[in-house]
Amino acid sequence: MNPGYELPQDEAGYSFGFLDEFAKREIRRTLLKAISIPGYQTPYASREMPMGRGFGTGGLQLTLSLIGPGDTLKVIDQGADDSVNAVNLRHFVELTCPGVDTTERTHEATLIQSRHRIPERALTEQQVLVLQVPYPDPLVIVEPSEARRKVMHGEGDYSRLLTKLYEDIVQFDEITISHRYPTRINGHYVIDPSPIPRYDVPRLHQSRALVLLGAGREKKIYAVPPYTDAMPLVFDDVPFRIEDFRDGQGHRRACSRCGATDSFLDEMIADDGSKTWQCSDSDYCNETLATRTAQIEVTA
Amino acid sequence: MGYVAIKGGGRAIRGAEAALDALRTAEGEAGTPLTLAAIEQQLRLLTSRVVSEGGLYHPRLAALAIKQMQGDTLEAAFALRAYRSTKPRLLEAPLQDTNRMRLIRRISSAFKDIPGGQMLGPTYDYALRLMRLDLADESPEAFRRVSRRFMDEMPDSDLPDTFPKVVDALRAEGLLPPVAAQPQEAFDITRDPLVFPVPRSAALATMARAETGSLLAIAYSNMRGYGDVHPTIAELRVGYLPVMLPHPVTGELIEAGEVLMTECEVVAMYERDDHDGPPVFTLGYGACFGHNEVKAISMAILDRALQKGMRDGPSNPSEDPEFVLLHVDGVDSMGFANHYKMPHYVTFQSDMDRLRTTQSQSGVEQKGVEA
Repeated sequence: MNPGYELPQDEAGYSFGFLDEFAKREIRRTLLKAISIPGYQTPYASREMPMGRGFGTGGLQLTLSLIGPGDTLKVIDQGADDSVNAVNLRHFVELTCPGVDTTERTHEATLIQSRHRIPERALTEQQVLVLQVPYPDPLVIVEPSEARRKVMHGEGDYSRLLTKLYEDIVQFDEITISHRYPTRINGHYVIDPSPIPRYDVPRLHQSRALVLLGAGREKKIYAVPPYTDAMPLVFDDVPFRIEDFRDGQGHRRACSRCGATDSFLDEMIADDGSKTWQCSDSDYCNETLATRTAQIEVTA
Repeated sequence: MGYVAIKGGGRAIRGAEAALDALRTAEGEAGTPLTLAAIEQQLRLLTSRVVSEGGLYHPRLAALAIKQMQGDTLEAAFALRAYRSTKPRLLEAPLQDTNRMRLIRRISSAFKDIPGGQMLGPTYDYALRLMRLDLADESPEAFRRVSRRFMDEMPDSDLPDTFPKVVDALRAEGLLPPVAAQPQEAFDITRDPLVFPVPRSAALATMARAETGSLLAIAYSNMRGYGDVHPTIAELRVGYLPVMLPHPVTGELIEAGEVLMTECEVVAMYERDDHDGPPVFTLGYGACFGHNEVKAISMAILDRALQKGMRDGPSNPSEDPEFVLLHVDGVDSMGFANHYKMPHYVTFQSDMDRLRTTQSQSGVEQKGVEA
């Protein structure tokens, strides 16, 4: 072809935060709109990132547009800092954002990017939580066309979602939605809160921290601003239920590592087929364990 | 047992990188690394696919991506796209005139004789797909001789640099709709999200960087019967298009370089004109970077199908702009297919909670041993 197409001289010569400045500015503008209209899925021209679509490119674009020197970033996946994908994303930010600190401690972070979990420890007004979103639209389970869903959202027409919940109760005596539980924000838009478990949904309600949700592949950004109502879609006579961690005798299971009985647990199957439970939030588990060890030392 | 199964993520990622690179060099002592020029030239159709699906015309960088991704077109196109995200958009190019393409191939299946003549050029269309065993153990001398001999034996030709377009002849006869006097501003899919309904230029831009196989599959559904385009290829041309950009100081259009591209125009059966004009044939347009005829043809058929869907409402998947345009991007679709390999422990825990609760509602006893 044309010998004039030379390779770039400096492969590491990316600008701060990888994205070009115009892209970051566009994302920040979209963010302002998303925060101003709580729960509204704001379209934006999502950029391709050097990791796969579906691996958190939406969340990452938010993080990269917001982060600056002086920020401390925590990245978790399934609640853990050491999950391959969290490691990968954190490494990428360290590579492209010199001067930014990273941490595994929830309380030290100013910016937290997460996939599938909201940290156990309550977040503060000084923190921003960025959630990675695969499906931004809760209506997708009842309506495949985006154009038609947009009209339904505008009209606040969630009757088909409620019908789905009702049909669940008729068929199974239970609402079968396990995660991505449809949640109404500020009394109007219903959002897909990303694949967080139902356990985490109440943490969105009147959250002190700003919660931003980014769907890179579907090119949408939406937000749950601080101190905003976030109510899971339910019926008056059927309460919202979070995951049940009680054993056969009705006792709340404890984390087999730190002993916590107030955290979301991962179920693990050992080689001999027996099951144990451990905290999904690794920082919370470490902290609880440290406190308990300290107490034991004091007693001893 | 470790704290969680994924402990040591960082080490695992570094190990995966090393294992990949070891496989790339598995020929060992006998191996020679692929040069980028070899990939660009000898795997020219692969390079074509990657520049087109990557949406960035940089054959050398595409060759590097192919080498790095060990020949995976989806991954290589993806790497080009990600590189593109780091670059600002400097200007909006004016309309480029494909009449000015320096052609290496052009055919029409509509007319036996076309102004300027048919030119078969480099194509596998009529090649017998028999294994050429002489390529299996090709000597460098034989390899070099091929190209030299081709150039030596090339007769002096009076072929012009450019050729008129077949559709212009059809248009002059009044068989095609006239070209809009005022071209609409092009929709830039890299700067604006698709919010449906979208203009035709957004559809064309999306398809121009779509994954070849995805476009082909949906276009094929239309060809087979889930649709009724029944196209005739008015013209398919492959060649180098001079790219004209305004001079930064004078604003005068100057040739900034050229891109290899494939362009296809299909003519489909006529329809009644909405404004009571005479009936005319309809057109479908396809164009992409590089030499990729299947992609250009598929795109032209889908362009025609989508125009019908936008006007009358879709009666087939290939006529539904949302269905077609949101499912043909290779970077999006492969990324999402791959993401299912990531940990889903939390959501699966949540799924099990629902199933167990539902089971116990219907009186099923829980099994399993507790530690």
